Amino acid sequence: MDQLGTDPNGIGSRWEAVYRSELTSVDEAEAQVVALAEKYGFDEDDLHKIGIALREGMVNAVVHGNKYSAEKQVFLTVVRQEEGLSVIIRDQGAGFDLSQVPDPLAQENLLRESGRGILLMQAFMDEFQVRRLSDGTEITMVKYQAS
Amino acid sequence: MSVKLSTRQVGDVTVIDAAGRITLGEGTSTLRDAIRDSVSGGHKKILLNLGEVNYIDSSGIGELVSAFTTVTNQGGQLKLLSLNKRIQDLLQITKLYTVFEAFDDEAAAIRSFS
Repeated sequence: MDQLGTDPNGIGSRWEAVYRSELTSVDEAEAQVVALAEKYGFDEDDLHKIGIALREGMVNAVVHGNKYSAEKQVFLTVVRQEEGLSVIIRDQGAGFDLSQVPDPLAQENLLRESGRGILLMQAFMDEFQVRRLSDGTEITMVKYQAS
Repeated sequence: MSVKLSTRQVGDVTVIDAAGRITLGEGTSTLRDAIRDSVSGGHKKILLNLGEVNYIDSSGIGELVSAFTTVTNQGGQLKLLSLNKRIQDLLQITKLYTVFEAFDDEAAAIRSFS
């Protein structure tokens, strides 16, 4: 993990890091972002939700996007906003079409072993957006903070 | 901490006590191995105690589903015990509460297999 900068304090501050496409990166990123969110004052329940959503986004990038490629990296940005925090995860994979992802809540898909990551990100964060880029996919998630 | 499992026998029911995190990687493979060992050993009534599990991600949820189908396809039953609120929420969000039979009380869970 190559950390580009740290300034976790203040509205508008950004925290950025770059990760290898490895499962250990998922654990590292989760721990770092949860620690940041804790500094921002999120409560324990929200920290759990942020951690799970971050984890799912990182797994999506490392496993499904970059397919564990040593040539590809995952770029993570956390921005502290007035209403909470936003997390941006960008991979260098081929990308996916959100509308083509099977609905994990459909009866015929309930017993599938995978395909619930996006559902959990959407459930645990307040905003969720996927953008296909020319060289990868970018997921943006926002968690509001109770004032 | 990844998941730690210990197995005990209560009558003809195999109780697997899990603790820690069930997440992609070691956590999910440890659970998969334990379920397969039980089933291949002829133990097809399995009660998975999640009382000490504090974290499950979507891969962990997938592994629970895999365990359920593995056991069911072998003519057995897999039930869950002691779900904390976070795991209950996950099962609600994923609609898997309609799939899994879950209990708060171990004795009641054991009786339900007979």
